[in-house]
Amino acid sequence: MLKTVTRETKIEISIVIVFFLIYLLFLLGSPDVFTRFDIYYSFMSTIPFIGILALAMTFVVILGEMDLSFPSVLAFSAWVFGKVLELAGNVWLAAFASLATGVLAGLLNSLLIVKVRIPSLVATIGTQFFFRGLVNVCAEGKGISLVAAKDSLFYQICVGRLAGMIPAQAIWMFGLAVWFWFLLNRHRFGAHVLLVGDNKDSALMMGIEIDRVKTLVFTQMGFFAAFAGILSTLEVTYFWPSQGQGYLLTTLAAVFIGGTSVFGGKGTILGTFIGSLIIGSLEAGIIAIGLTGFWIQLIHGLIIMISVSIYSVILRKST
Amino acid sequence: MAGKDCSDKLLVLVNISKSFGGVSALRGINLEIGYNEIVGLVGDNGAGKSTLIKIITGVHTPTTGEIYYKGQRITIHSVRRSRELGIETVYQERALADQQSLWRNMFAGREETNRFGFLRVRREKEETERLLRQYIGFTSKAITVDSEVKSLSGGEKQGIAIARALYFNADLILLDEPTVALSLSETQKVLDFVLDIKKRGKSAIFISHSIYHLYPVVDRFVIMDRGRIAGEFKKESITQEELIEKMFNLVRTGTLG
Repeated sequence: MLKTVTRETKIEISIVIVFFLIYLLFLLGSPDVFTRFDIYYSFMSTIPFIGILALAMTFVVILGEMDLSFPSVLAFSAWVFGKVLELAGNVWLAAFASLATGVLAGLLNSLLIVKVRIPSLVATIGTQFFFRGLVNVCAEGKGISLVAAKDSLFYQICVGRLAGMIPAQAIWMFGLAVWFWFLLNRHRFGAHVLLVGDNKDSALMMGIEIDRVKTLVFTQMGFFAAFAGILSTLEVTYFWPSQGQGYLLTTLAAVFIGGTSVFGGKGTILGTFIGSLIIGSLEAGIIAIGLTGFWIQLIHGLIIMISVSIYSVILRKST
Repeated sequence: MAGKDCSDKLLVLVNISKSFGGVSALRGINLEIGYNEIVGLVGDNGAGKSTLIKIITGVHTPTTGEIYYKGQRITIHSVRRSRELGIETVYQERALADQQSLWRNMFAGREETNRFGFLRVRREKEETERLLRQYIGFTSKAITVDSEVKSLSGGEKQGIAIARALYFNADLILLDEPTVALSLSETQKVLDFVLDIKKRGKSAIFISHSIYHLYPVVDRFVIMDRGRIAGEFKKESITQEELIEKMFNLVRTGTLG
């Protein structure tokens, strides 16, 4: 059978090269920091929150849709987690309530997008404010201490340290990346997401239930927003009402740096995974090589512009 | 009233009407499609051709009327249902998903999976390969099962869509202006694929504005005008020129003349 090098493969190769170039720069600029394990330990504890969000987001983007509400859904689900834990004292119950909240928030998005037929960009601007507002009203600006959860098995499963060295959330991110890869590339669900994102008319004529696919995609986004919320609250054993703020653009940047097309129909899980690593390590890397914090956003911007330009050229060349 | 006996026809539409919010798009359509028959459906824009096709594929449900398929009275309430029955549509340029590989398009909506829903990718690719080489007769080395659809020409795309329908044993293939916006040589490819449908013993309804495209490949013409069927002609009974003249008459005077 003849082989064709697909555009995804080219994009994945590019992002891996960009990743190694950036790390080469870090290594040369600050060998002391980047040859020691500490910085990687730090990355493994912080990157998975946006990493998991970005992986789930990849499906939304491939579908040709957008979800701006997930940072607020994350915050509200985290509040539910903290509040149920505080009231009931059972961390499993708290986790269940929190994940259910995420699913319900995703269903609300789906309802607005699929049934009421509001474009997802607009609908999720609405729910973004709504859930952030709900957090403000419910939490009244106050945080919730989660120290009570620290001795539980659930805590160990979520954010414990394997052999004292590997944060559990990093294992979660890696495992979910593998799971999402199979879901997108080797499962009927992923096949339908790709087809709907590519050509709705064709998908409809091939008997694919578009509304169902959309509902599932937005619902899983809500679920993983809640999961990321649980992980990030447990990591610091504290819920704070402004949680999730700052995740929106970094998560989207990770997806787009990864090479998933904003037009839908194409996407790469490996790309999103590497994109998350890049976005999550830039800040520390920039400081470590001796630049001031003022440089951070500028370099973020440069990396995004360069990587997205590379993809644009690849996409045009291989038509 | 007892059901109509339609056992010798593939598809029979009896007195089908459709209105959208009081505006009637179809009025009392009676249409029969035989086994192994290619029917050319012609008519001006707004004649109701697309609405009729959408009723047969289950996108719209008729306001009144009956549908018989292989002798059985049926209702087609969804696209999924019409596909289960063996009715498949090939739409202009929208039949395939452009950015997806050929093998993904071939099995779109009909993925071969294990019981957990995971794709049998190897099998899907092998089948697509077989279809490309034997069925469609692609010899180009540049096109593989992993190629994106957008690297194909317009005629090749339609060929893939038709071959896909035949591969999945469609009995009735609805061709909705498959030659629109195609060059002469690409059009010829599509017409060859339509002849293939006939050769394989299947039926088709071929919609086109061009009598020149239809005439060589169809068995019978059905002319639609403002939601009604204005006339039907077997190909033996009418020449290409007479048919074109009748179409002009219809536009000028409202009758076939």
